[in-house]
Amino acid sequence: MDFNHTEERQMLADTLNRWVMQDYPLADRLAAGKSETGYAPAKLSALAELGVIGALFNESDGGFAGEGFDLAVVFEAVGRGLIVEPLLGSAVLAGGVLAAAGSDEQKARIEALIDGSATAALAHFEAGDGYDPAYIDTRAAPFADGWVLNGEKAVVRNATTADVLVVSARTKGQAGDADGLSLFLVPGDAAGLTMRDYETIDGGRAAEVSLSDVALPSSALIGAEGAAAAVLEQVLGRGVLALSAEALGLMEVIKDMTIEFARTRKQFGVPIGKFQALQHRMATMLLEIEQARSAVINAAAAEGKAGVARERALSAAKVTIGRVGTLIAEESVQIHGGMGMTWEYPLGHFVKRLSMIGHELGDEEYHLARYIALGRSAA
Amino acid sequence: MDLTYTPKEQAFRAEVKAWLAENLKPELAQKVKRGQHLSKADMEGWHATLNARGWLANHWPKEHGGTGWSAVEKNIFEEECCLAYAPRVLPFGLSMLGPVLIKYGNDAQRKHWLPRILDGSDWWCQGYSEPGAGSDLASLRCRAVREGDHYIVNGQKTWTTLGQYANMIFMLVRTSTTGKPQEGISFLLIDMNTPGVEVKPIHLLEGTHEVNDVFFTDVKVPAENLVGEENKGWTYAKYLLTYERTGIAGIGFSMAALNELHDIAADQNRAGRKLADDPLFAARMARAEIELENAKTTNLRIVSAAAAGGAPGPESSMLKVKGTEIRQELDLLKKKALGVYAAPLVPEAFEPGFNGPYVGPDYAAPIARQYFNNRKISIFGGSNEIQKNIITKAILGL
Repeated sequence: MDFNHTEERQMLADTLNRWVMQDYPLADRLAAGKSETGYAPAKLSALAELGVIGALFNESDGGFAGEGFDLAVVFEAVGRGLIVEPLLGSAVLAGGVLAAAGSDEQKARIEALIDGSATAALAHFEAGDGYDPAYIDTRAAPFADGWVLNGEKAVVRNATTADVLVVSARTKGQAGDADGLSLFLVPGDAAGLTMRDYETIDGGRAAEVSLSDVALPSSALIGAEGAAAAVLEQVLGRGVLALSAEALGLMEVIKDMTIEFARTRKQFGVPIGKFQALQHRMATMLLEIEQARSAVINAAAAEGKAGVARERALSAAKVTIGRVGTLIAEESVQIHGGMGMTWEYPLGHFVKRLSMIGHELGDEEYHLARYIALGRSAA
Repeated sequence: MDLTYTPKEQAFRAEVKAWLAENLKPELAQKVKRGQHLSKADMEGWHATLNARGWLANHWPKEHGGTGWSAVEKNIFEEECCLAYAPRVLPFGLSMLGPVLIKYGNDAQRKHWLPRILDGSDWWCQGYSEPGAGSDLASLRCRAVREGDHYIVNGQKTWTTLGQYANMIFMLVRTSTTGKPQEGISFLLIDMNTPGVEVKPIHLLEGTHEVNDVFFTDVKVPAENLVGEENKGWTYAKYLLTYERTGIAGIGFSMAALNELHDIAADQNRAGRKLADDPLFAARMARAEIELENAKTTNLRIVSAAAAGGAPGPESSMLKVKGTEIRQELDLLKKKALGVYAAPLVPEAFEPGFNGPYVGPDYAAPIARQYFNNRKISIFGGSNEIQKNIITKAILGL
């Protein structure tokens, strides 16, 4: 056993963390999140130049890494830096679909994602799906020699700025059936595609995506018709790993800020960190974060495998992150007191992102139920 | 022991309900329910409506324009107001300063200030916390020096809620630096329009402006604005805080939040089933409901035991801790219940008159913001850690 990262991964983490320190000040990040694009395209290019996006793809897809631990290393740094650029949606999710199931022609788009000259977004989840990836009601029907899509997609991050959307739609069956799901490549300017975009509470932008008779050529189909469930499971699992690692990075920053505050903030003539009531709670924060780190390690190790063991480890990570994330978010604000409540002090922005990770790609309860069901299916 | 409401109390509840149905404008209730921005006029208008009925100062004795209600009646009134989504009665004049003036003020002060609280002539804010004096409130440094028939005040107050609307502030100031810190504090009333008073906004993490910093530079305050005796302010401050804490427990708010949570869970679809039918979520909702039912009885036990018309003593700390924990759990569950629709932030949805289109369900907009904003309730009015210190000392005797 070896719990050290490879030298290459450690270098990547160091490079990215250094870049955050030097070139990614929080004020710029907050402004970018509030801007019309919801992120800074120049920062995305800079991340591409550092090799961060390439690290999310394997060599056969034009990247240079792409394993579970590569995702974990990159996204822990994304969390530490509160990076708002669309790495998850564009590279891991939409890019991941292209890599897993795309034709050669479709895969050719990955190069532009890696060099930062284009972005993509995965428009998959829908209102009422309860985070269940099979509960999809958007329809794709044969039309001329291609397809026509109709449906609504919920809270798609960075959708309006994406050059292309990867859209899931049902070519047969009904919501809840794993069978019959298909994936399509839809240009961002396709006729019949409308978006209502808005800010999100954790910074950045998302949109409600509406498809009304969006006509696509047959070449828009990604992978085999009706067989997208397996592709989505593969890709969403990588997304869960990335989000869990991001949460871990956020929690480390939040913990450090809280301990530093407890060292310096004086009340009753002493630093508040001298009060045992608070000491024990910070000790709990630390040990729960270590549990979360182990959950991320378990998930990263399992990600490259197939089957129930992989899926259970990924859901276990999201359950752990959900529970520990809420604890860390709430305790850190409480220990900071009023200071933790202000916009001006950095803590709140990390806390909001951490809290909202609980609402992406399945919450704690969804993954707990999934973990139980997977365990039964394996028995 | 009898937990049923007497016929008189039941009739009172019916009377309050009927009055609210007639006098609380649906547009105003809708604003409160939707978490929309309440204007100064909205809040003043609601105070005036209550005052016209004689129900504004429900903590005050009758002789000062209060209702003279029993603890149970006050409770019924607060529950019904919350459940009807009435704007909250601003506590600063009515629940904080009022009781202090009634108990410790002089006749002239009572005669001058109490009617002005009732008729809305004054909007009060609270000058307690300072940047270096939060949980350790007694270490406050804002200085008041007596010069002839005036005090000269220099220093800073912070976390001043709705100070941007206030024309008056009640303050804890330091008038002596000898002896224990608690022994040199005085309670002073200051006109916010006096030269040298400056209000600066503090923006909260979810983006709202409800608290402020207030700076005082050589502010001249008439000596008659001292409440009670010089250097005895700590006693009055603590008395005020018991009222503040009892209010923060917010049992009525939790009852309304539980109703909303049930409505949301019954409306939200989760892969073909209602969220309310999800056993994991239903279990969490049920636990919160049980906690709230218990807290309602604890609350009634404590306020009933308190002297007629008064606020409870250290027991108010129990109410504050438990009450805020329950409110925060309900806020968390409401946020969870929205699923992906917790994330969208649609600023126009908080403006009056907004009728959509909404992003996701029409009730979603304020919920994540409220969750983040209500982290404050376990911090202000003395953090829950301070409340536990009080319980440890004053009730357990440790």
